[in-house]
Amino acid sequence: MTLRTFGFSEFGFLLQALQWTVLLTVIALIFGGALGFVVALARTSRSNALRLAAATYIQLIQGIPVLMILFLSYYGLSLAGFELPPLFAAGASMAIYASGYLAEIWRGCIQAVPKQQWEASESLALSPLQQYRYVILPQAIRISLPPTVGFAVQVVKNTSVTSIIGFVELARAGTLINNATFQPFRVFVAVAILYFVVCYPLSQLSRVLEKRLHVGSSR
Amino acid sequence: MSEVVVENVHKSFGALEVLKGVSLTVGRGEVFALIGRSGSGKSTLLRCMNGLEKINSGRIEIAGHVLGGDAKALRSLRTDVGIVFQSYNLFPHLSVGENIMLAPRIVKGVPRAEALGIAREVLQLVGLSEKIDAYPDQLSGGQQQRVAIARSLAMRPKVMLFDEVTSALDPELTEEVLLVMERLARDGMTMILVTHEMGFARRVATQTIFMHKGTIWEAGPSGPLFADPRTPELRQFVKADVK
Amino acid sequence: MSYTFQFGALLPYKADILAGIWLTLKLSFISILLGGLAGAVLASLRSTSGRAVRLVIDAYVEIIRNTPFLVQLFIVYFGLPGLGFRVGADTAALIGMTINLTAYSTEIIRAGIEAIHKSQIEAGEALGFTRFQILRHVIIVPAVGKVYPALCSQFVLMMLASSICSAISTPELAAAAAFVESQTYRSFEVYILVTLIYLTLALVLRGALALLGLWLFGRRAVRRPLAAMPEVSA
Repeated sequence: MTLRTFGFSEFGFLLQALQWTVLLTVIALIFGGALGFVVALARTSRSNALRLAAATYIQLIQGIPVLMILFLSYYGLSLAGFELPPLFAAGASMAIYASGYLAEIWRGCIQAVPKQQWEASESLALSPLQQYRYVILPQAIRISLPPTVGFAVQVVKNTSVTSIIGFVELARAGTLINNATFQPFRVFVAVAILYFVVCYPLSQLSRVLEKRLHVGSSR
Repeated sequence: MSEVVVENVHKSFGALEVLKGVSLTVGRGEVFALIGRSGSGKSTLLRCMNGLEKINSGRIEIAGHVLGGDAKALRSLRTDVGIVFQSYNLFPHLSVGENIMLAPRIVKGVPRAEALGIAREVLQLVGLSEKIDAYPDQLSGGQQQRVAIARSLAMRPKVMLFDEVTSALDPELTEEVLLVMERLARDGMTMILVTHEMGFARRVATQTIFMHKGTIWEAGPSGPLFADPRTPELRQFVKADVK
Repeated sequence: MSYTFQFGALLPYKADILAGIWLTLKLSFISILLGGLAGAVLASLRSTSGRAVRLVIDAYVEIIRNTPFLVQLFIVYFGLPGLGFRVGADTAALIGMTINLTAYSTEIIRAGIEAIHKSQIEAGEALGFTRFQILRHVIIVPAVGKVYPALCSQFVLMMLASSICSAISTPELAAAAAFVESQTYRSFEVYILVTLIYLTLALVLRGALALLGLWLFGRRAVRRPLAAMPEVSA
């Protein structure tokens, strides 16, 4: 192999890999969001058993490294006899990781809706399902936007961990290019800039949403 | 014909007994005022009447429903019993019109056009027709409370419960809410209200119940009850209010 | 699926795992200490200095918070030698963790400082406190007390994220797991065991930090406010 320098085509390769980072983030947010939503509902339900189970799940996910979730799903899946592409293990572990944090964020948002909203809607003869659907969740979702967008930034960054099992997203692409060019500083700074370009606008958006929420509620 | 029958109701929060055997009967079209010091159990009694609090023993029948059935029976009861709270509790993400139309539409399945008609009608009743597209945070406290009343009325309740609905309002805003309630009473609505507005109770309520220490201490037609309290507790309570 | 778990196969590697735990603890402890202190310094510097200093601190915080820890480690470990600084894997891990945690704690403590009411500072001035006394007693200590729960969450997250240092071959717990796995091929057993160890470390660290908070700031600081909720880092 001839030694290459970090140039235009290498940067193109990084850009391609960035698409996988974004895809992985989207997968994690969709599936992790779905699972996290169910856990958040369980966490705020009236059943003691459900609440305990959800709380345990959240504590568990928040108490172990993302890397361990990744390894366990990677080896767990292959143990179960599945010969699956790394995207699957990466996506599954990112979704599980995201679900534990989103569940906790959304629990807080559901509980931030005043108790009186439950009483008022209950008194209007709404069923529990209708209360959630028409009264509680619309308000909780509004509250949840800033922290959820903020958490998306964490997901984008944490997808870099999947490079450790060989999934070629942005960080892994950086490693590959570094192996060919031996210009680590230049390569990884470029990688960092690309992450920044994705994450910074999201962080700012989260901030703007947060401000707007506070203005809206104090009107 | 009685619309509300409360028989020997007991209610405790933990070790604290809040209602110690309360009984009363409200006839159709009557207006009952529940008065008493805070902690006397009057709000709890009201909240028991639509199942927001579960009673420990006794029996409550309201608008033809007996409390204590399953969730479905309770919802059915609540379509016939409206309640208005001290803190309005409008749904902040919905406009005034949507607040009012929500329950008729999704609980009773009323078509949109018809629900809109109901909303216009009840808003006119509380004098807020022009606010149908406003959001709760654009309204004054008095206006919000009138919308809350309209929202309850849209379910066509047979009984209306009012839980200190003017306690959070300035005097001038209190007046506009009381006017709406007085009009409802004149139109023949069966009403039970927990209130600190003695003048209103005296003028509008057919009966006034003075609660003290979890029991009905003194009860009777409002006029005589206020004019000539029999118990020292009520005498002192009424006197304190005049000051 | 028929798989027989053989945790016994891991026994000969007890020493490696223990060494990994020890390094994880050491890295976490030092980076929490340094990162926490540096965060307090930068946050107070930011609140007392002019535009230029503020801009530099904000830029640092935003750059770190919007790039992955793994890439930061790569830059320290692989990138710095190219610029003439040679660092070992342990040192690189410590530098990376401290740089990362400093940014987060700066941001958290900054929020705490902004929540301090101006009248408090004026009261301090009225009482004749010096500038430094006001900074210390009226601003920083109460600010840190306010955001202490959020800081603790961040410290625990940093301990968990130290596992990522295995990618630059720092021989901490996750790297020890990878080593044992390569020797025994009992992947699942190793990672279940090590996951449980991390979980225990997280719980112990959380408990220890709560006790520390109780001692430092009293009861109020240990409750977890809603405001601390969204701060979740990678």
